[in-house]
Amino acid sequence: MSFDAWLLALHVLSAFSLVAGIVLFWVLVVAGRRADTPADTLRLSPIAKVGNATVGAGMGGTIVFGVWLAFSFGGYDIWDGWILAALVLWLVGAGLGRRTGEAYMEGPRKAQELEAAGQTGPSAELLAANRTSTGLLMHTLTSIVVVLIIIDMIWRPGA
Amino acid sequence: MSLVAILAIPRPDSWNFPLFVHVLGAMILVGGLVTATSALAFARGDVRLLRLGYWSLLAVSLPGYVIMRIGAQWVVSKGWDKVDPAPTWLDIGYTVADAGAVLMLIALVVGGIGMRQLRQGKGQGLLKASLIIAVLILAAAVVAIWAMAGKPD
Repeated sequence: MSFDAWLLALHVLSAFSLVAGIVLFWVLVVAGRRADTPADTLRLSPIAKVGNATVGAGMGGTIVFGVWLAFSFGGYDIWDGWILAALVLWLVGAGLGRRTGEAYMEGPRKAQELEAAGQTGPSAELLAANRTSTGLLMHTLTSIVVVLIIIDMIWRPGA
Repeated sequence: MSLVAILAIPRPDSWNFPLFVHVLGAMILVGGLVTATSALAFARGDVRLLRLGYWSLLAVSLPGYVIMRIGAQWVVSKGWDKVDPAPTWLDIGYTVADAGAVLMLIALVVGGIGMRQLRQGKGQGLLKASLIIAVLILAAAVVAIWAMAGKPD
């Protein structure tokens, strides 16, 4: 396998890692909608950590290996329209993903507060935090942006 | 077709949508596997996480697999079925997909029995077996993604 082939393989593996994390968080979004006790909320935290790791590896890997490939492979340039579009979408996705994370961290934070105060029963406030509409909107937008990046990578408009 | 040729030459437009379906399905499949293995691995006897893990396998990975496989056959029907001998990466993809289907079926059946037994306080061992099988499928999927993307000779 050539060096460029390795770069492409690592770039694609990173993209899979990113989408795997997004899918994982969709499952947690759905599962978290029923979590109204601190225990139910905090139970999902270790899985969320796996999601954070896969999204982090995916975001980092796609940009590093993607840009590297754009410079290394002779047929493409970093300023090609479809590559610039992907870079812009990546930045938009990163911003939306950060806001998704902030919105969904409110639930576990509240759960820890309730647990520390000895309140282990159901809490309407905690349920509302786990059902954050802002988080749901941000995660939906993040997912749409990532699908747009995949479309851009496959159709490569202008290439 | 070499990697350089695939990168350099624009694909026929008719390939793009089937390829998109294939890639999206594979990504959903991998996402479901990562979720299922995480939930089952962290469950440590917690029935809710065991159920979440099994449902991730059934309701996310399985549909992802079906979409991936439909997309794959669609792409292959665009001309790859006439390439003789088939490239190594295509063979790897088929092998992993076929073996993965069998393994996923086993994981779902074994895990399904485990889920039924959870009501009697049993079945955790069977769900652990599902976890091990899901990890195997995930490892094979990583090899397949590497092969399909890097296209080794």
